[in-house]
Amino acid sequence: MRIKAKLVLEDGKTYDCFSFGAEGETTGEIVFNTSMTGYQEILSDPSYCGQMIVMTYPLIGNYGISNEDFESEKPQIKAFIVKELCTYPSNWRSDTSLDALLKKHNIMGVEGLDTRAITRHIRNSGAMRAIISTKDLDVASLLEKVKQSPSMVGANLVDEVTCKKAYTWDEPNGKDWQFLENVSREHAYTIAVYDFGVKRNILRKFVERGCRLHVFPSKTKAEDILKINPDGVFLSNGPGDPEAVDYVIPEIQKLIGKKPIFGICLGQQLAGIALGGHTYKLKFGHRGANHPVKNLETGVIEITSQNHGFTVDPKSLNERDIELTHFNLYDGTLEGFRHKELPIFSVQYHPEASPGPHDSDYLFNKFMDSIENFA
Amino acid sequence: MPKRTDIHSVLIIGSGPIVIGQSCEFDYSGTQACRALKEEGYRVILINSNPATIMTDPETADRIYIEPITPQMVEKIIERERPDVLLPTMGGQTALNTAVELVKQGVLDKYGVEMIGAKFESIQTAEDRELFKAAMENIGLKVPKGFFVKDVKEGMEAEEQLDYPIIMRPSFTLGGTGGAVAYNIDEYSDLIVKALAASPINEVLVEGSVIGWKEYELEVMRDHKDNVVIICSIENFDPMGVHTGDSITVAPAQTLTDKEYQKMRDAAMKIIRTIGVETGGSNIQFAINPKNGDMIVIEMNPRVSRSSALASKATGFPIAKIAAKLAVGYTLDEIPNDITKKTPASFEPTIDYVVTKIPRWDFEKFPGANTTLNVQMKSVGEAMSFGRNFKESLQKALRSLENGRYGLGADGKDAYDIDSAGAKTHEAILQDVIKQLRVPNAQRIFTIRDAMRLGMTVEDIHKHSYIDPWFLNNMKEIVDFEEELKKAVL
Repeated sequence: MRIKAKLVLEDGKTYDCFSFGAEGETTGEIVFNTSMTGYQEILSDPSYCGQMIVMTYPLIGNYGISNEDFESEKPQIKAFIVKELCTYPSNWRSDTSLDALLKKHNIMGVEGLDTRAITRHIRNSGAMRAIISTKDLDVASLLEKVKQSPSMVGANLVDEVTCKKAYTWDEPNGKDWQFLENVSREHAYTIAVYDFGVKRNILRKFVERGCRLHVFPSKTKAEDILKINPDGVFLSNGPGDPEAVDYVIPEIQKLIGKKPIFGICLGQQLAGIALGGHTYKLKFGHRGANHPVKNLETGVIEITSQNHGFTVDPKSLNERDIELTHFNLYDGTLEGFRHKELPIFSVQYHPEASPGPHDSDYLFNKFMDSIENFA
Repeated sequence: MPKRTDIHSVLIIGSGPIVIGQSCEFDYSGTQACRALKEEGYRVILINSNPATIMTDPETADRIYIEPITPQMVEKIIERERPDVLLPTMGGQTALNTAVELVKQGVLDKYGVEMIGAKFESIQTAEDRELFKAAMENIGLKVPKGFFVKDVKEGMEAEEQLDYPIIMRPSFTLGGTGGAVAYNIDEYSDLIVKALAASPINEVLVEGSVIGWKEYELEVMRDHKDNVVIICSIENFDPMGVHTGDSITVAPAQTLTDKEYQKMRDAAMKIIRTIGVETGGSNIQFAINPKNGDMIVIEMNPRVSRSSALASKATGFPIAKIAAKLAVGYTLDEIPNDITKKTPASFEPTIDYVVTKIPRWDFEKFPGANTTLNVQMKSVGEAMSFGRNFKESLQKALRSLENGRYGLGADGKDAYDIDSAGAKTHEAILQDVIKQLRVPNAQRIFTIRDAMRLGMTVEDIHKHSYIDPWFLNNMKEIVDFEEELKKAVL
């Protein structure tokens, strides 16, 4: 027997649906992702902390869950919202089913609702708070609860997903999944990773290039990073409002110019703030695997994997020092920049892919070059 | 870079009469290409012998020649019209072969006509299976184990080293003409002769079995700045061994993890670059071993194809129109997306629905024809449907075939009367059904339903047909729901 559930958005929109994964009640920011493959990587990406994900592709769970494809140790989302859950996954790599995974980690999923209607609503009205429940189906009561839930603006979620203590990482991708075209494995660099919720594939990409990784909690002081004398510093992706993680900014400022720095996603936003810029929240964000980005330095178009709700305002960056290097061809938002003198550059999208295309893999090589030139 | 201003007139070769393996899909793309180029202000000259096409409507091109599509005739037209360039990738295999012939005879050189969309060398590498195989191995991609044979003796030598069923693919033919699958030596010794005769250069690629492997296609586009995008992924319902024109196909791919899909995407990008299709669309076919994910490249069409018509309609990305614009110098980011008008065409369509294409056969019009489906295309048309899940799109496509069926059963038109069959008949039907599941045929989709109603499990059906359990489980839901409906009290 299917268990009934209700999804209520903070503006009162209500959707009847059925439960999978865990039962119960949960709140979060409702956003949509347009990737047609990669649901497992998405739900285990720490940048989705605090969010409920609507998958626009209607059939989810088709190829099951593979132990190799996690982007962190566990699912990170608040809830998964799909049109139709597949209960008979079919793929040689599958170790378990989506339903079983969510049950195991006590995460709610709902299916059997019109995900296209929800997506249109979010596009028109913006990402907003939402509540899902199987134990309370009263709309008025749910609406009351969702209005009291925390907002994404000003939310410091980094503290929830950053590592508790520093660790080293030495695992590459499995042999079949190392896409190492034009990649040298000979970079014996030590990289200090600021973990704001880092995706494992970023770490794997560095390891595949020969690097040794030291991953640090977000509250680590610049002095402690410098103590290990890294060849480069990486600012990771992560969830929430970048302006809420203000404690990191002075630390980044201390590192700029001292060590080559590369930032991805939240890493770009924090680098932007550290360089004097500011960020703002996009109406419904960029979440998908087909965003065209133009690299202004080469003229080449990269099809990119994206997941962000906030972005750096390019006008807020000092054009005397900062060169804007990448733009989104969908909406013209800033996708990448670099400092003209100092060794720091960043992108808003995900060159590590997983899920998504490998077009931007060269950025990891670029960081290796940046380290080499700095030495 | 904007469009080229050094050229003023474009010659387009159509695909000629409708035959099995090449039908109205090339009228669809050819018409798009003509219109796109006229829109850009070029003088469009068209040759197509088929007057019942849209592309031969007077307003589609500036000059239209309804003449036989032969190198001699095209040469006469070139002599008279003096086009600056020739676009050979819009009229299927016929147009491509004609263009190749024109290059070989030196006609294009003689009149200073440049070929755009695909270079001669690229066409050769993609179409000549031996060159293609070498090119793939060069970039580290696998192709099926096989041998090129030029005569029956070589054919028999190859046979000794391969496992049955053996696939025969004659070089340079359209719709897989002369291609066949042999299940034993008797069939093989007969079919190899026919296959050799079907190839204009008497060359056949004889391949060992990859039957049971899953088949996929990617529609790829490239511009002259080397931007490459994937327009659509397609997963075949029928495993390897059935021509894609005869396969039920589904977009997007349903059962690939992101890692597998990206591996295929990377391979496709490498292939289009290696083959050297500078601008325009290509269709690349892959096979994947469902047991361990091994991937091999089956073939590449360096032109718009049957699948690109499907992919265009499935995604809203007009491949032929964009390919025509890329051929005259535009880059993907300079062309507006046909649907949004605001964003550029340099993106990868993402869809929130499932598209199913089902071929339509007319075997009753060909008495005596072998109705087994293999690598030579036999369907005469197709129906395509959109749904929010596979079940919905499958049902709509079945209903759209106009062959009297209303979907997967529940229409009183079943081949077997399973409900009132006694135990003995039941067993006979079961044996018959198993036989039909094993050998691909036009009715197999309905036979799967019969098998389910006879109590066969998804695993059993998969074992006999190699059809992915994901598709079978979806069909099982339809069959189960029919039973549920029957029991419902009004």
